[in-house]
Amino acid sequence: MSDLLYVYAVARAPVQGVPASIEGVGGAPVRPVAGDGLIAVVSDVRAEDFEEAPLRKHLEDLDWLSGTARAHESVVRAVSDVMGVVPLRLATVCRGESGVRRMLDDGYDRFTANLDRLEGHVEWGVKLYATVQEEPEKEPAVEAPSSGRDYLRRRLRSRQSRERNWAQADALARRLHTELAGHAEAQRLHRPQSGELARADGVNVLNAAFLVRRAGSEAFVGLVERLTPQEPGIRVEVTGPWAPYSFADLSDPREGRVGA
Amino acid sequence: MTAADDTSPLARRELALVDLLDRLLAGGVVIAGDVTLRIADVDLVRIDLKALISSVGPRVPSPWPAPEEDG
Repeated sequence: MSDLLYVYAVARAPVQGVPASIEGVGGAPVRPVAGDGLIAVVSDVRAEDFEEAPLRKHLEDLDWLSGTARAHESVVRAVSDVMGVVPLRLATVCRGESGVRRMLDDGYDRFTANLDRLEGHVEWGVKLYATVQEEPEKEPAVEAPSSGRDYLRRRLRSRQSRERNWAQADALARRLHTELAGHAEAQRLHRPQSGELARADGVNVLNAAFLVRRAGSEAFVGLVERLTPQEPGIRVEVTGPWAPYSFADLSDPREGRVGA
Repeated sequence: MTAADDTSPLARRELALVDLLDRLLAGGVVIAGDVTLRIADVDLVRIDLKALISSVGPRVPSPWPAPEEDG
């Protein structure tokens, strides 16, 4: 049997309703596959796209990656709106329904531990950007240094000023992160974003995710706004609510707790 | 500039791809076994796409320790 099924998320049986109208990757309809006490939310995918070799190639194609990621996210979002889910990583593909059931059985303890922990929670993303001036304000570059020593002194001053500003941005990011973590069930740091995809004003110095009770979302977002440092060159961006992707950690149920 | 003040983040639906990939490539449950792609392969992908996706820029080393569950 070589039919491939893309698995988006795992939830507890009975199915409370995988909306019939959701389209998954490649526009295929999404359906539940029931195991023992758990269900997986899946859709059929083509072997020529999802066997290992073509999949590797596809994953380097940004348009394909983007379409697949958006389809994955929209399925997880639709399902997580009606029941607690554990989202799976992008491009988790099983062979046939028997493969899906085996995955559910093998991972039963890990899945249920995560479902218990994540039930009723959502994830919020908080990013802090800082813009630091490259040159000190009061020294126009047109004024030529009077000597080599003067030049070096200026370079040093400029560097020290930049370092101070980065240290300040770093301190603001840490303070914001610490305070928000105190109001969240768990936190996780992602790598700061950079590169072409992450075009934004300023440099991303904090890229954090917080696990928050769904009912506490509005309060949490309000808290972010209140705690946003009112400093020039500092900008805070909130994303969410997300399904708890950053907190679905199934390596070992006993060590699966993330954050404090 | 401060936190989103004109558009409530609660109402904002447009997802930046970079935020999505942070979560879908570094989060979510990783299954090993009866699947065509495993975590190691996904990590390879992250390396290949490093120029486009989240990574630590040379100018600003991350002040944060790497999350322990993120290899």
